[in-house]
Amino acid sequence: MSTLPKDDSMPTTGAIRIEDVVKVYDPDGAAVMAVDHCSIDIPAGEICMIVGPSGCGKTTLLNTIAGFHGLTSGHIYLDDEILCGPGKEKAEPGSDRIVVFQNGALFPWKTNLDNIAFGPMMAGKLSKSEIYDKARKMMIDAGLEGTEDSFPGEVSSGLRRRVEIVRALMNEPKVLLFDEPYRALDSLTKSVMHEALLEIYYKNKVTIFFITHDLEEAIFLGHRLIIMSSRPCRPKKIVEVDIPHPRDYSVLTSPRFREIMNEAKVVVNEEARKAFEAGEKEG
Amino acid sequence: MSQSNTTMNLTMYRISSWLKSPKPYLMFIGFGCVLSFWYFSVEVWKLPRFQDMPALTEVFTEWFSEDPYYGLSVYTPEYYKHIGISLRRIAYAFFLATALGVPLGLFLGWSQKLREYIFPLFELFRPIPVLAWVPLAIIIFSGSETPVIFLTFLASFFATTLNTMLGVESIDEEYSRAAYCLGASRWQTFVHVVVPGAMPFIFTGLQISIGVAWFSLVAGEMVSGQYGLGYIINTAYIMVQYSQIVIGMITLGIIGYTTSAMVRVAGDYMMQWRVRELALSGD
Amino acid sequence: MNLNKLKSKFSARATLRGLLAIVIFLLIWEVGARSLDLFGYRVPFIGLIPPPTAVLDSWQGLIVDPSYWQSWYMSFLRVFAGFLAAMVIGIPLGLYMAINRTFYGIAFPSFEILRPIPPLAWVPASIIFWPTQEMSIAFVTFLGAFYTIVINVLGGAKSINKQYLQAAQSMGASQGDIFRRIVLPATLPSIVVGSAVGMGITWEVVVAAEMISGGGSSGGAGGGLGFFIWSSYVGGSYEQIIVGMISIGIAGFISSELLRQLGGFFTPWLKTR
Repeated sequence: MSTLPKDDSMPTTGAIRIEDVVKVYDPDGAAVMAVDHCSIDIPAGEICMIVGPSGCGKTTLLNTIAGFHGLTSGHIYLDDEILCGPGKEKAEPGSDRIVVFQNGALFPWKTNLDNIAFGPMMAGKLSKSEIYDKARKMMIDAGLEGTEDSFPGEVSSGLRRRVEIVRALMNEPKVLLFDEPYRALDSLTKSVMHEALLEIYYKNKVTIFFITHDLEEAIFLGHRLIIMSSRPCRPKKIVEVDIPHPRDYSVLTSPRFREIMNEAKVVVNEEARKAFEAGEKEG
Repeated sequence: MSQSNTTMNLTMYRISSWLKSPKPYLMFIGFGCVLSFWYFSVEVWKLPRFQDMPALTEVFTEWFSEDPYYGLSVYTPEYYKHIGISLRRIAYAFFLATALGVPLGLFLGWSQKLREYIFPLFELFRPIPVLAWVPLAIIIFSGSETPVIFLTFLASFFATTLNTMLGVESIDEEYSRAAYCLGASRWQTFVHVVVPGAMPFIFTGLQISIGVAWFSLVAGEMVSGQYGLGYIINTAYIMVQYSQIVIGMITLGIIGYTTSAMVRVAGDYMMQWRVRELALSGD
Repeated sequence: MNLNKLKSKFSARATLRGLLAIVIFLLIWEVGARSLDLFGYRVPFIGLIPPPTAVLDSWQGLIVDPSYWQSWYMSFLRVFAGFLAAMVIGIPLGLYMAINRTFYGIAFPSFEILRPIPPLAWVPASIIFWPTQEMSIAFVTFLGAFYTIVINVLGGAKSINKQYLQAAQSMGASQGDIFRRIVLPATLPSIVVGSAVGMGITWEVVVAAEMISGGGSSGGAGGGLGFFIWSSYVGGSYEQIIVGMISIGIAGFISSELLRQLGGFFTPWLKTR
């Protein structure tokens, strides 16, 4: 029942398989289960939206895939190769799975261009001029022309997000991990960001693992919504978004969009109420 | 470059708006109050406590006279000789302390292991007031210059190392995580994230460090030096040439302030990104 | 403060590592100081100072000597006197500068001009001015902490989130209320930090003043740990110098800890972070 097109436009690598993952934290001696036997199968090239109330553990899952934490039990595979599992609890962070952070992690002391060129420059496989040529080209493609020599602190936050995404794409990652990147933006900028992201996606098909609590954002962008329960998190309901790509903002007012929204909303509200009553602190 | 023009324009704008505000006038009122209090209490009202204090007119005529009564004024070469000697000592001590303290602080902040070994030892020495080292310094180092420079170095060193270390600790973890994601090695992350990220804190530390350096230098010069501003003040007291004391103090104030400002300007120059970022936030 | 975070991370392994470094340091000191006897060759620098074992010996003798503890007492007294004066004058001054823009404009530039003059440079002027030596030391000590405290209070007051003030105003608070219930508590953490730093500076100044004024000549109570170190040097008992240094280090640490605890008492909300 996948809504992914089965043609040559889809990438062959970047499939993530999360198998029965458990993550238990131990802050100050009180064992807290953040992720509870979570299993998710993400095919290559899918935009998978992880939706859930704040603090339920979605970021923990993302961090485990990225390699910032280890897991307590279970396995995570990237294209049938094991990322982490028993015996190797913590994955290595790497440029095949790049994270776009909530508050943005562009290096404020480097210009936008230098930021974008950072990954390949560290890898050292291409020459400096090759890297910078590619970087400039990608910036023009993403509509960032003219901001090359500015510092991140000098441009708008929407623009910063785009720079960060281009920075990630320079490394031709298999997976992009988004941790509520547009949370702090106003809704007008957000819509622009969404369309920009989709445009970038259509040109560079990668697997996208996107955490959000904004249902509209989730349905607009995603192939699939995975609605998580409140802490400890595990998939509660999967909603297929069978609206065809390429999408634009007119999708937002289509009847099918409304239907999917209603279907998802019931579940999300239920979990949100549970989280509220449990006094969950923002993750 | 258009960016440096913008910085220049911003500075000009700031200066002109400062001149238009009440600030400069209030400032002069403040100076006026202090100076008139000094003048009146010593020369006009001749308050009992202030009897032996050098008078404002006495100090300033002495300071600016071509043939000073006691020997030091802006026209005498000895004056500049003493200033130069103090400055030279500060330069040796400060630069040595920076050259040793910044790398040490960076490594202590970066490597948990190193910190566990070295920080306790460091913290054992830090509470000992720098001046308590005077006798030991005299015993260990021959000559009269080296102990003074050593003391000044010590004070600077502790301040710089500590602030640098705290600076590294304060860097948002997401920056290093982003670097790892993009494929940077630990060492590359250290060079491209930790060092630039800690810069603002390093420079704040350096400003503290130079203040502390002057503090120790003056004390050292008063106790065991020959020449130098501290020496002038002490000698002037012993030889009952009280106006010289004040000249020494004022000179110290001016030079101390200037060196501190030089550190701050150096910091601004090295951290263009921060200056622009702060300017845009309307600071 | 990040230092506290560091200290709470002490695991057994970390403590062991720290101890190892200290032990190695002591060993190097011991061997280097005895190098003349051990190797017939005097190691530069370290070879000139007494070894830790000799220092310990000396200390054992001093612990039972009442004049040693008298020195402690004198120094502590001076530190707290100067420090308290700096708080009593500095905190209100800083707060007033923070709320009254005009006063700030008048007072701050002069304050900033005077600040770079090291407190010790004031010693001669202070001796001339104040009738007793004790008061002149107290004045200089006061200056040392005073600048730091004022700067920290100002910094703390400046960074008060405007929205707290606006919230209070919209709920109908008076100026006095706003000051007492928002400005004051919000500035407390900065006051605490400023005090901790100021305390360190105070010790520096007290020790220096005690050493410089030779402790006990003209109308002063004399003594103090700084004077103890100086007279040990003059009298040639080098072990005592080191005892004195370590003693001051310990004394400084104790006073900072006390201050930190006191500060924590006044700002309980910080502990919940």
